[in-house]
Amino acid sequence: MPDLLLELFSEEIPARMQRRAAEDLKKLVTDALVERGFLYEGAKAFATPRRLALHVAGLPVKGQDVREERKGPRVGSPDAAIQGFLKGAGLSSIEQAKIESDPKKGEFYVAIIEKPGRATPDVLAEILPQIVKNFPWPKSMRWGAASREPGSLRWVRPLHSIVCTFGPETEDPEVVRFTVDGIASGDMTKGHRFLAPGEIRVKRFDDYAPALERARVVIDTDRRKDMILHDAKDLAFAQGLELVEDEGLLEEVAGLVEWPVVLMGSFDEAFLDIPPEVIRTTIRANQKCFVLRDPKTGKLANKFLLTSNLIAADGGKTIVGGNERVVRARLSDAKFFWETDQKVKLEDRLEKLKSIVFHEKLGTQYERVERIAALSKELAPIVGADPALAERAARLAKADLVTEMVGEFPELQGLMGRYYATLQGENPSVAAAIEEHYKPLGPSDRVPTDPVSVAVALADKIDTLVGFWAIDEKPTGSKDPYALRRAALGVIRLVLENNLKLPLISLLAKPFARDAKDVLFEEFLEAKKLVEAIDDSAVAGLVPHPALPDLESIFRQRQLGNAEGLARLMYVRALDLLSFFADRLKVYLRDQGARHDLIDAVFALDGQDDLLMIVRRVEALGRFLDTEDGANLLAGYRRAANILRIEEKKDGRAYNEAPDLQIVNDQGQIEEKALAVVLDAAKREAAAAVQAEDFEGAMRALSRLRQPVDSFFDKVTVNAEDAGLRANRLRLLNDIREATRTVADFSRIEG
Amino acid sequence: MTSEPAHMNPARSFQGLILTLQRYWAEQGCVILQPYDMEVGAGTFHPATTLRALGPKPWRAAYVQPSRRPKDGRYGENPNRLQHYYQFQVILKPNPPNLQELYLGSLKAIGIDTGVHDIRFVEDDWESPTLGAWGLGWECWCDGMEVSQFTYFQQVAGFECSPVAGELTYGLERLAMYLQGVESIYDLNFNGLEGDRKVTYGDVFLQAEQEYSRHNFEYADTEMLFRHFRDAEAACRKYLEDGEPKSGSNDQRHLMALPAYDQCIKASHMFNLLDARGVISVTERQSYILRVRELAKACGAAWLKTEGGGAAA
Repeated sequence: MPDLLLELFSEEIPARMQRRAAEDLKKLVTDALVERGFLYEGAKAFATPRRLALHVAGLPVKGQDVREERKGPRVGSPDAAIQGFLKGAGLSSIEQAKIESDPKKGEFYVAIIEKPGRATPDVLAEILPQIVKNFPWPKSMRWGAASREPGSLRWVRPLHSIVCTFGPETEDPEVVRFTVDGIASGDMTKGHRFLAPGEIRVKRFDDYAPALERARVVIDTDRRKDMILHDAKDLAFAQGLELVEDEGLLEEVAGLVEWPVVLMGSFDEAFLDIPPEVIRTTIRANQKCFVLRDPKTGKLANKFLLTSNLIAADGGKTIVGGNERVVRARLSDAKFFWETDQKVKLEDRLEKLKSIVFHEKLGTQYERVERIAALSKELAPIVGADPALAERAARLAKADLVTEMVGEFPELQGLMGRYYATLQGENPSVAAAIEEHYKPLGPSDRVPTDPVSVAVALADKIDTLVGFWAIDEKPTGSKDPYALRRAALGVIRLVLENNLKLPLISLLAKPFARDAKDVLFEEFLEAKKLVEAIDDSAVAGLVPHPALPDLESIFRQRQLGNAEGLARLMYVRALDLLSFFADRLKVYLRDQGARHDLIDAVFALDGQDDLLMIVRRVEALGRFLDTEDGANLLAGYRRAANILRIEEKKDGRAYNEAPDLQIVNDQGQIEEKALAVVLDAAKREAAAAVQAEDFEGAMRALSRLRQPVDSFFDKVTVNAEDAGLRANRLRLLNDIREATRTVADFSRIEG
Repeated sequence: MTSEPAHMNPARSFQGLILTLQRYWAEQGCVILQPYDMEVGAGTFHPATTLRALGPKPWRAAYVQPSRRPKDGRYGENPNRLQHYYQFQVILKPNPPNLQELYLGSLKAIGIDTGVHDIRFVEDDWESPTLGAWGLGWECWCDGMEVSQFTYFQQVAGFECSPVAGELTYGLERLAMYLQGVESIYDLNFNGLEGDRKVTYGDVFLQAEQEYSRHNFEYADTEMLFRHFRDAEAACRKYLEDGEPKSGSNDQRHLMALPAYDQCIKASHMFNLLDARGVISVTERQSYILRVRELAKACGAAWLKTEGGGAAA
């Protein structure tokens, strides 16, 4: 079966876009073919800096013939009807139609319309120009004389030529002819820009790939990556060194060359005094080179590997020399920054943070540091850190933002602070916290464990979250410009992985209300309507919480006016933030494999603002439900809840009072007496266990209900004839529901 | 080129490099202009690029532009940074289809042999917030060093470029350092001569770097600069208004786009100086940039109503 070869040859495509573009090309072309009924055996797309290529194997020569029968009018119908039928079916005379008959309709005409399948090249010539014109580049441009006209072709960089051939392997394939904005398809391409700049005629993929290979172009990105990695490891090995692997860099450099040639350069050993991360970042970011280390010591070597795009006439001597020059200049800069930065102590840099705006409404980095320091100090006892160290670490945590080094390499923030702090003799925990307070940066990043780091990391994230919630800049849909989801996940992981008990609601509102600058709240006060709206509706019906009066007294002390309104506003926003945490926690727990219904069952209870307790409860609940006692109790609960629902609806009232033990004792059966006794004990025990945060104990207490509940349903008729007895039995059922609510809302449990 | 005397060799002489590039681009049909006689932050600000990039008329020009970046001054102590340096600027509108080849030809002309040097086009999208301009292109690497910027202008002064111009910017000092194999800008051989007739870059510019660094960071009169910024802004607006075609007149062309644009350039430089003096806060910074951009946009709009911008009488 015939193959399609397509190549789009352009000026240099950005490395980061190549892989995606190749995949897009494959999908767009094969989807368009399949949509038109053209199936294929296989397809593979390729990208180099100068071309996208696509090979679709095993396409049919032409599309399927389509045969359609169309019923017409009865034989002997008026001429107008016959003519209309002929026209619609594309026949020239009625003799071309068949006559068929059926018992109802009698004899009538039938037209057979046969559409032969279209030749594949014709279909390709129709599909491909559209795909090229509408190609989904992340950024595209116009160019040249054609850009004078509106609607001219856009491509990632100027598109120069198109190869498009189609045909079986045994014959010469034909060129699929089409034109896109003046560029005509053909069968000519070019080799490597410098090593084989001449034109090459190609037939099909089978000779295209080897012809390009001869012209020093490796079209497969993964093969270029393999070549680079292999050569890099060999060169390193020959020097007794080890390559510091870097997948991101490898992918990028493979997108910068059509023919990779790896070369080794070196730099003055004196530069090895600079922290290794700095050397690596400099060489990677600016020069796109790999660094090497000594496998014996694990330390960086004074060597680097560059990937050139040239088999140089002098064996690469000039290229290595040039790269060494640049690396030397870059490392000199880095060394200069490293040395100058050390001349100013971190605490003396804080003043400069006043000129860095964190966010227009949330103030400068300086103000933020003040807030984080206060909060770190407050958190310290909770996480087991020395408050003075936590405060010190927080105060210095952002100072490296105004160092020369971080100014040049923002990705080194935190790490440089740690180096400079260590050099100026800070406590090791303080120095570590300066680096680690940014962590965890993502779901797979390490979570700090040193209590000082934990305190500052939490304070940093909580301040960010509360701040943006206060000014109502929450993430929406896919937009999360301040990475607030990541910050919330960071808090969750810090809390859970360090087993911390934090009453979130107070933390989320109080420190910010206390420490944020007046102007922020003055703005809220100016938007009076907002505060009033909060007054009227949002707080009404909320469970009273000590955080609210606390907030009010803070605002009273600050003498900002309408302390009550501000307190409520901040409280409502904190509650909203708490529910954001709940959502993020659900996502986190689901990723960990927890059942989402159990999470819901726990969140449905009031006042859940302690992440660790929530998770413990979910875990205990899961284990309990896996036991026979748990499963049976759940069944008993459901039976009770069902009966209650039906009867309460029938009676139009709720049976949520405590059961009358007198009635139980006087009129009840032995099974309901037993249930009443056990319920009372189980409820008290479970509540006490929950109070002591012993969720296993609470579940154990509940498990004792299983037997009496089962017997109750076996032997006792709830709907007794005596109305008083019936009502009391319903109250007993309600009590089962109440008992389970000490640990979770069982109505949310599925399965 | 073989008949070139040794002191004109781009590998030995800074001015030889400039002259070689001028000659090369003159061969490509460029008008060789002289630097614009105002303080600008980059060659792009020259009206021969900013304004000529707008409108339908073909245009080819090349020129050296002294560029001032007050913040980059290092009192002459950093071997790689200057507050005043040279850019060599080429603009071709519309860009010819072989612009990359022409660029590589210019490298060859200054002695960069692609048989031994590794030349690469590395993605670099260009944007000038003050000019309301952007384009796509690359930074051009030679053996790992950025030696030029290559941009296809898509928009200038907020207007779509139609047709698109190709812009090349060579960082002359850096390129010369590579060609001459020196580690400090100040060691560059300026005139290509040797012995006591040799003049270095340091001989010409070191004192200026020291003095201007002092001026830019410590002494520039900020009150005056703020005033000049406001004056330039007001003058730009006034000239744009005064140059507007009179209603009812047959000639609907703008009469003073160029003088107005000079004031836009001036405002931009005042802003750069104030920025270097550290008297513009981060929030104000954005608003100053926006003010200059508004001027640039208004000048671009006026230019499109002139003959150079393609407007009919």
